[in-house]
Amino acid sequence: MLTLSSLSLRFGGLQVLQGVNLTVPEHGIFGLIGPNGAGKTTVFNLITGLLRPGAGTIEFLGQRIDRMLPYRITRLGVARTFQSIRLFKDMTLIENVLVALGGRPSYGVTSVLLSWGSYRAAESRDSEVARGLLSKVGLAGKAEQRAGALSYGEQRRLEIARALATKPKLLLLDEPAAGMNAVEKRQLIDEIVKLNAGGLGIFIIEHDMSMIMGLCHEIAVLNFGGVIARGTPAQIRANPQVIEAYLGQDEQSPSQTASVSP
Amino acid sequence: MEWLESFWATYSTLVLSIGTNVLLALSIYLTLATGLLTVANAAFMGIGAYTAGLLTTQLGLPFFIALVLGSLLPALVALAIGRPTLRLSGVYLAMATLAFGEVVRIFILNAEGLTGGALGLNGIPQLTQWFDVALAVALTLFVLLRLARSRIGRTMEAICQDETATELMGLNVGAYKLLVFVLGAMLAGLAGGLNAHFTFFISPDEYGFDRAVEILAMGVLGGTGSPWGAVIGGLLITLLPELLRGLGHYRPLINGVILILIILYSPRGIWDLFRPDRESRRLPAAH
Repeated sequence: MLTLSSLSLRFGGLQVLQGVNLTVPEHGIFGLIGPNGAGKTTVFNLITGLLRPGAGTIEFLGQRIDRMLPYRITRLGVARTFQSIRLFKDMTLIENVLVALGGRPSYGVTSVLLSWGSYRAAESRDSEVARGLLSKVGLAGKAEQRAGALSYGEQRRLEIARALATKPKLLLLDEPAAGMNAVEKRQLIDEIVKLNAGGLGIFIIEHDMSMIMGLCHEIAVLNFGGVIARGTPAQIRANPQVIEAYLGQDEQSPSQTASVSP
Repeated sequence: MEWLESFWATYSTLVLSIGTNVLLALSIYLTLATGLLTVANAAFMGIGAYTAGLLTTQLGLPFFIALVLGSLLPALVALAIGRPTLRLSGVYLAMATLAFGEVVRIFILNAEGLTGGALGLNGIPQLTQWFDVALAVALTLFVLLRLARSRIGRTMEAICQDETATELMGLNVGAYKLLVFVLGAMLAGLAGGLNAHFTFFISPDEYGFDRAVEILAMGVLGGTGSPWGAVIGGLLITLLPELLRGLGHYRPLINGVILILIILYSPRGIWDLFRPDRESRRLPAAH
């Protein structure tokens, strides 16, 4: 479904990504893990068109998307949420979702001005769809509230509803469980499984290992801008390179600091 | 009806000024509500004023045609300069549009053969009637209120709050920005054409930095939450100097103080004070 081929990116003197190859299969739940600063969010920013790769290509459903404008990529069926929540905070929940529905407009400027009836009909259809999406993530009762007034977990769910409004085929989730409590995490996992069962491909970045191991069909590990491992959760758990990437620092740091300072 | 006639004899210019200023405020509302700090509207007004004025004085074209072309030319210019400049944001966009304004002013100043240069353009027929202005304001307000309540207005607000997130919802942010910029230029041009045909005389200095700031003040003071905010802003900026007439030399001072007070106590503009859902929107979740 999504193929990243020898993708590289450099910020000034910093090589952020170096020859990344990834294939996200259709309809699956694919996980990307790695230590902080490994370049995970950068991968999402490249896929969604916020960044252009220095080298390499990105294909989505057989189409090159690495030189496309972000809104076109979204219209092709790639939606995302953000690591740091980016809702329209001063707008209501339903307005947030309605904005996202506007990417596939159900009416044009002329009908706003000249044909009030068809505009009203389209608006009320959109509102129905938006309410449906809100109830899908359990926020139907708060449709008229300001998005900024929601709790952290609710804001993350609203971001998912808003992403779903773009009718994606692949949903990119950037640390969706960050800052959530155990109950909220449980709900989130159920939601993701349910969305995936409906045919939606999921590509998830997450630090919560138990969540990622339980959820994903396949996982890739990113370290220092390169993919160091790929496989099923069981394979990843047993991979010595992965263990080193995650635990290596902990093993060395106490003894190293001890030996450096005399 | 005698009182009406004497009222009109005294205040016609003021009433017409209110109308054109409301149009100017609505023109800046479009870009401000989309989060774009552009200050080119005075220049667009100037292009509209000179275009319409020259068409009626030199070519003797009908007033209506002159107004239409006086709105279209600024829109075309906006279309041309919009693509490169609207990539900028914040202060950089303000600087670029400010520079554009100076370019227009200096062009008018130097194209003496066409515009009369620093001497201005004299003898523009006084064709603007109160109903022309009233109709222009009413039509504009109707269109903008409808747009504001539709998905277009929602998208403008979304771009204002988070441009990147809006783009990633599949919305062509660049096209929306260009749309509001061009519409704004068109409105400013219309205001310029109407204004030129009741002031009899126009000169390049009327469309310089002072006017740009005045237009911006109308938009900011009124508030960008709704086109009604722009109406309030346009009214206020036009009427304040008149209402404070009795204060003589202190007039600009009091004028300034009032503006500062409004900015301090209702930073989202005066319109925000009248918003029905103000409390729920302004107060944070937990008090």
